[in-house]
Amino acid sequence: MSSNDQKDIDEVTGTDTTGHAWDGIKELNSPLPRWWLWTFYITIVWGIAYTIAYPAWPLISSATSGVLGYSTRAEVASEIARFEDANAEIAAELAAADLSTLSENETLARFATSAGGAVFRNNCSQCHGSGAAGAVGYPNLLDDDWLWGGDFDNIEYTIRHGIRNEEDWDARWSEMTAYDDIFSNQEIDQVVQYVRLISGQPHDEALAAAGEGLFIDNCTACHGDDGAGNRDLGAPNLTDAIWLYGGDVESLEETVRYARFGVMPPWGERLTEAEIKAVTAYVHQLGGGE
Amino acid sequence: MGNYVKLIVLGLITLFAAVAANWGRDLAYIVHAIIIMGVSAFMFVRVLRSMDKPVYATPEGYMDDVIRAGVIATGFWGVVGFLVGVVIAFQLAFPQLNFQPLEPFGNFGRLRPLHTSAVIFAFGGNALIMSTFYIVQRTCGARLWGGNLAWFVFWGYNLFIILAATGYLLGATQGKEYAEPEWYVDIWLTVVWVAFLAVFLGTIFKRQEKHIYVANWFLLSFIVTVAMLHLVNNISIPVSIWGSKSVQVFSGVQDAMVQWWYGHNAVGFFLTAGFLGMMYYFVPKQAGRPVFSYKLSIIHFWALIFLYIWAGPHHLHYTALPDWASTLGMVFSIILWMPSWGGMINGLMTLQGAWDKLRTDPIIRMMVISLAFYGMSTFEGPMMSIKAVNSLSHYTDWTIGHVHSGALGWNGMITFAALYFLTPKLWGRAQMYSMSAINWHFWLATIGIILYAASMWVTGIMEGLMWREVDANGFLVNSFADTVSAKFPMYVVRGLGGVLYLAGGVIMVWNMWMTIRGGAKVQAPVGVPAE
Repeated sequence: MSSNDQKDIDEVTGTDTTGHAWDGIKELNSPLPRWWLWTFYITIVWGIAYTIAYPAWPLISSATSGVLGYSTRAEVASEIARFEDANAEIAAELAAADLSTLSENETLARFATSAGGAVFRNNCSQCHGSGAAGAVGYPNLLDDDWLWGGDFDNIEYTIRHGIRNEEDWDARWSEMTAYDDIFSNQEIDQVVQYVRLISGQPHDEALAAAGEGLFIDNCTACHGDDGAGNRDLGAPNLTDAIWLYGGDVESLEETVRYARFGVMPPWGERLTEAEIKAVTAYVHQLGGGE
Repeated sequence: MGNYVKLIVLGLITLFAAVAANWGRDLAYIVHAIIIMGVSAFMFVRVLRSMDKPVYATPEGYMDDVIRAGVIATGFWGVVGFLVGVVIAFQLAFPQLNFQPLEPFGNFGRLRPLHTSAVIFAFGGNALIMSTFYIVQRTCGARLWGGNLAWFVFWGYNLFIILAATGYLLGATQGKEYAEPEWYVDIWLTVVWVAFLAVFLGTIFKRQEKHIYVANWFLLSFIVTVAMLHLVNNISIPVSIWGSKSVQVFSGVQDAMVQWWYGHNAVGFFLTAGFLGMMYYFVPKQAGRPVFSYKLSIIHFWALIFLYIWAGPHHLHYTALPDWASTLGMVFSIILWMPSWGGMINGLMTLQGAWDKLRTDPIIRMMVISLAFYGMSTFEGPMMSIKAVNSLSHYTDWTIGHVHSGALGWNGMITFAALYFLTPKLWGRAQMYSMSAINWHFWLATIGIILYAASMWVTGIMEGLMWREVDANGFLVNSFADTVSAKFPMYVVRGLGGVLYLAGGVIMVWNMWMTIRGGAKVQAPVGVPAE
């Protein structure tokens, strides 16, 4: 680059410079590092080869498909198919199985539990928790307190059709009355204290006694005379220590005033028969299956 | 005459903004209209008051006032951006920090774009603009072209940042990563950017030097390409002229492709080419050595800008993007490896004959670690673009770690070095107020980056492995929530790394402040070992 004959040599490196300077900055005339250049060439050659092997160059209405015939969609489809083929036989067996006798077939039971666990972690854990212990408003599936029943048939029905959703006509359905406009504030306090009484919690004796009549007139139709609930209606047992929305005075008051309306989506259309059976078996064996 | 035109234009803008504030459909738009009304009314009064003042002749020499303002803005926005980053890092570790009374403004979802824009566009952008103004004048031997146009670029760009930042907090966003600002903010940035290009090219055209210095090639490619990316990615139709919402003209995978063509080249031309321009000036100046290889700078410059522009599809591996585009994105990314490293080699080898300064000059040390992180992340990037690697790394924190080793290591460190270089020069001091504070900054930032990057590698790879883990029958082993809870300790480590980096930034701003105030200590000059 140097236009003058007299070369400007950098003393430290012994390399000549290009002969100009900007704000005191000069440039050496060092050659390209060989390893750099050769690595660059190798990546280019590799790149050309790769674009011949794989789908790469766009044409007018399509693209070169590559000599290896690779596609990401085919790859994932074949991977899914590989597992599905491997599981096809046992999955068909599970889809047709009677779950109540599942424990007699150890291989099938183990398959159902591991498949059901995967289905649960992908679809159910968002609400019920990855350990299935539930959360406020989302039932704990580890205990033996069931809203709609904990035998195989009831669990399967709940999973298949869901609860209080509008997508599935066969969804489980019930609706608690909101007593905000029906009861006076004092009556709400009385009912709440009565529920505290029958659930064995500290309560105000006078208010609870006054609440008994209100409870019998208004609540027993669903929750039962003794308040132990009714699974046909998904009405919770109010006499135990297990609460879906909380058993403290504030939560109970909110429940009585405004009612609750827990929704679960139907899974019958989204999961295969084998997956429904599997997740039913999985939930059943978590601890509270009947 | 010119002042009358200015008054009419400013008056019309003020009036229009007042009407817009009245008729605005959403909060962000109304607040923005009020800001614009206030700014243009202020400018109106300012022009009016200077009407009868005599016009001074254009001063001689370099135009450095605007660069001084840029240095202060860079320091300020740096600390703001790092602080928001620390806040959102801890919000991820402790979701309770999304305080209920601050909702929705203090939510992670709104603070996250505030952080990315504050560090990339406010901190990085001000650093690029001020150092472009500095470098182009010195290497052309010419004063900035266009008189006060450079001031318009500075204030206009910072107004853009204010509009973008307040917009995010108030809920105005296009939902495109790194291109969140809505349509009218985009239009304003376009105006400012054209003025920036005019100042730069005008100065190049009237240069005293015959040849154009390599730093200016990179800076020009940065300005031109960012303009192109910005225009194409923001093509959208406003729902109403009185509201902030707009609708993108691209849809589906085409929108995704345009977005990541933009997004990747924002990295390529904003954070790489632009900062290489800075590197090509400040490293040889600070080292007092010639640039290693003129040939390498030519080859790696053209290879870099030709190859980078095609690499975007690697952000969309295994999506609805056609396989051919995915392949090309990966191939161009890998061929890009050596051209990227060309900059690192040229920077590091410029230090031959000056390596001893590493012991004595913390600014040189910052430049070296910056180039080291540049080299590391420009190797990591092509590696992560390989489909097989990407199928593990994509959507995980590995990507976050990769971005931050580049941003904190390369962009941050070279900017700190530039600020330490410029502050004493621009304010006429012998050197920075405290050299030991620079040392502290160096170590805090370096340890912070290492904590950040290492924790994100661990958690990213762990997360990727947990997502794909299947049992013998092919069933997934982990739920998503399992991976989230497993990441918690690493999130805390990452947050601590951010705290260290922020602490370094605060020390730097204090050091700059003390230097500007003029309390320079007398010490041995930089580069001479203490005997």
